[in-house]
Amino acid sequence: MPNMQMEKTPVAEQLPKVRARNFKEVCLGYTEQEAVNEAQRCLNCKNHPCVAGCPVSVRIPEFLAKVSQGDFIGAYEIIHSTNSLPAVSGRVCPQENQCEGKCVRGIKGEPVAIGRLERFCADYAMAHSDKLEAAEKPQTNGHKVAIVGAGPAGLTCAGDLARLGYEVTIFEAFHTAGGVLMYGIPEFRLPKAIVQKEIDGLKDLGVNIMTNMVIGRVLSIDELMEDGFEAVFVGSGAGLPRFMGIEGEALVGVYSANEYLTRINLMKAYLEEYDTPIKKSQSVAVVGGGNVAMDAARSAMRLGAERVYIVYRRSLDEMPARREEVHHAMEEGVEFLVLNNPTKILGDENGCVKGIECIKMELGEPDASGRRSPKPIEGSEYTLDVDTVIMAIGTSPNPLIRSTTAGIEADRRGCLIVNEETNQTTKQGVYAGGDAVTGAATVILAMGAGKKAAASIDKYIRGDKA
Amino acid sequence: MYKILRKKRLNDSIVLMEIEAPFIARKAKAGQFIIYRVDEYGERVPLTIADHDSEKGSITIIFQTIGGSTKALAQLEEGDGILDVVGPLGTATEYGEVKRVAVVGGGVGCAIAYPQAKALFNAGVEVDVIAGFRSKDIVILEEEMKAVSARFHLCTDDGSAGYHGFVTDKLKELIENGAQFDEVIAIGPVPMMKFVSKTTEPYGIKTLVSLNPIMVDGTGMCGGCRVTVDGKIKYACVDGPDFDGHKVDFDELMRRNSTYKSFERDHACRLTGGVRNA
Repeated sequence: MPNMQMEKTPVAEQLPKVRARNFKEVCLGYTEQEAVNEAQRCLNCKNHPCVAGCPVSVRIPEFLAKVSQGDFIGAYEIIHSTNSLPAVSGRVCPQENQCEGKCVRGIKGEPVAIGRLERFCADYAMAHSDKLEAAEKPQTNGHKVAIVGAGPAGLTCAGDLARLGYEVTIFEAFHTAGGVLMYGIPEFRLPKAIVQKEIDGLKDLGVNIMTNMVIGRVLSIDELMEDGFEAVFVGSGAGLPRFMGIEGEALVGVYSANEYLTRINLMKAYLEEYDTPIKKSQSVAVVGGGNVAMDAARSAMRLGAERVYIVYRRSLDEMPARREEVHHAMEEGVEFLVLNNPTKILGDENGCVKGIECIKMELGEPDASGRRSPKPIEGSEYTLDVDTVIMAIGTSPNPLIRSTTAGIEADRRGCLIVNEETNQTTKQGVYAGGDAVTGAATVILAMGAGKKAAASIDKYIRGDKA
Repeated sequence: MYKILRKKRLNDSIVLMEIEAPFIARKAKAGQFIIYRVDEYGERVPLTIADHDSEKGSITIIFQTIGGSTKALAQLEEGDGILDVVGPLGTATEYGEVKRVAVVGGGVGCAIAYPQAKALFNAGVEVDVIAGFRSKDIVILEEEMKAVSARFHLCTDDGSAGYHGFVTDKLKELIENGAQFDEVIAIGPVPMMKFVSKTTEPYGIKTLVSLNPIMVDGTGMCGGCRVTVDGKIKYACVDGPDFDGHKVDFDELMRRNSTYKSFERDHACRLTGGVRNA
């Protein structure tokens, strides 16, 4: 008999006042008892729409059934059979638009907390790794595949191919594997030790990770193929930050969200024993309304800023950030200046930021994105006193691969063009997925693309070269 | 780990290191740079490649110990390893059709001016090297630079060796006396590159400068190294590090480079326990 409780079983979180000043994880996760109780809310309905909502097709009702029986390791094994990074996706997936968005329980109440349960199982398995069957290195099939970029797309593609017996080498530009999971998403949402454990799991499968290798500079895609890699997967992400092109963006104290977050997350500038510096701001304006803007604003708060503003040109309803992130940011004291757009950044006599001039906006007709387009209200300019401005208005794919590889085509936004069925690029044997193809999107969509490409690469190599 | 094959002190504050890095050595070209991270706690620091030996699989860097991260690197000895070295980054230096070029180096910038002069000299170009230092006791690479130039002009601020004056004075003197430079390349402190560019501008001599802004990743990702060139934002790590000196906003670059000056001063050094000098 399912548990007919209408709401999700609540989950413990650090108190907003406390967590706003530390980098520890906000959400503390379910206890075993809470997990069992929540899993029992699943009706095990006939069509399991939740699975269709999952980009990596996790067999959700099956794992929930195991959790409700208290078999957490069994549940983890079901999740892990289709999802290489469950501890990550359980934390950062926009479940409200995916599995949970499709859950039948959501029609008359709240959906089953699938994300929290996925995270619970992954954390349980990490803490009880002695109970897991030791990951056995699959028998090698002798075929070599290269992966460019160790972010969510590349790691997923590598994991799936390694399980099929391929000899996989990942080439990562940074000194640490993980991509956006390491440099972008902050510790308080996704602890780096958890990401590292997921990566170590891939190494146990035999995946070789070469860091400090910028493909396009140190080796080209063509050279990789000459070196015996039969296929290449490009998951190089969308790393190039955009600026607005307004006056004052070169002032000292203007950051791209990428730079700000990389200094904090990858280089650990928030810890005294690390050398990388970061500005200790009093008052910060973060421009943008996505998850990255929320991450930057909440990080600035944790570094000790007294006032942190989100400056966003549309209204709260159009904000692309997850509801949960907006809610968390508000609880922590981030101030939301919606329907506001920066017009210029003001500097002092030393070239340092002293304020940002904004103009009020109103919403007009829907634009190409389907969202009502914001228009400035003439004469409504005003100045906000801030010493730091962080631009979080999006990123574009890095041009390095396409500019150094003949035969790989990109669209006018710089996104690599792929066959939607196979994720093959316009060059034979070269596949791509994740933000390099879609432009900035989500971790789970990148993982889904990595998974699809792995299946295509397997088919390509077996079909072509067996 | 990237092993240090050779270490040599060129003067009190400038150190040369040859590092085992076969992948980088195979591809490196004059003008490109690497980023190193000395250990887990270290910053990512960009340094231009001073030389490379693709057969031996090594690269050479020459750096001045000015902040905590370069001091940490200078503490390593032959046989030690550097945790991370990534490269070659940036685009290689490109010259037009040149017959005679002035290569201007300032201080530790001579470490990078030298391979530029060498590449040009070996390509049959008539090279004038103008090398500037504060005083005689900190001169580096004198013999090496002499060997790859048709004319070598040593300048010191205090007149303790060679020409008494700045590199810009010497450069102007040469131009005024009829030297026909097709291009000038200037590598050194930002104010020096600014004034070399100002010196050549009235004569319309194309001048390349090699910029050294604050940088994190070196692949175009952080945007920290943005410089204004000809009124447009450029990223030194991918669009540079070489730019047309007549179009660079040097004052902005100097301001941006001072972003973390106070941080360096305040940050207690974990190596020596003392306070670092900016």
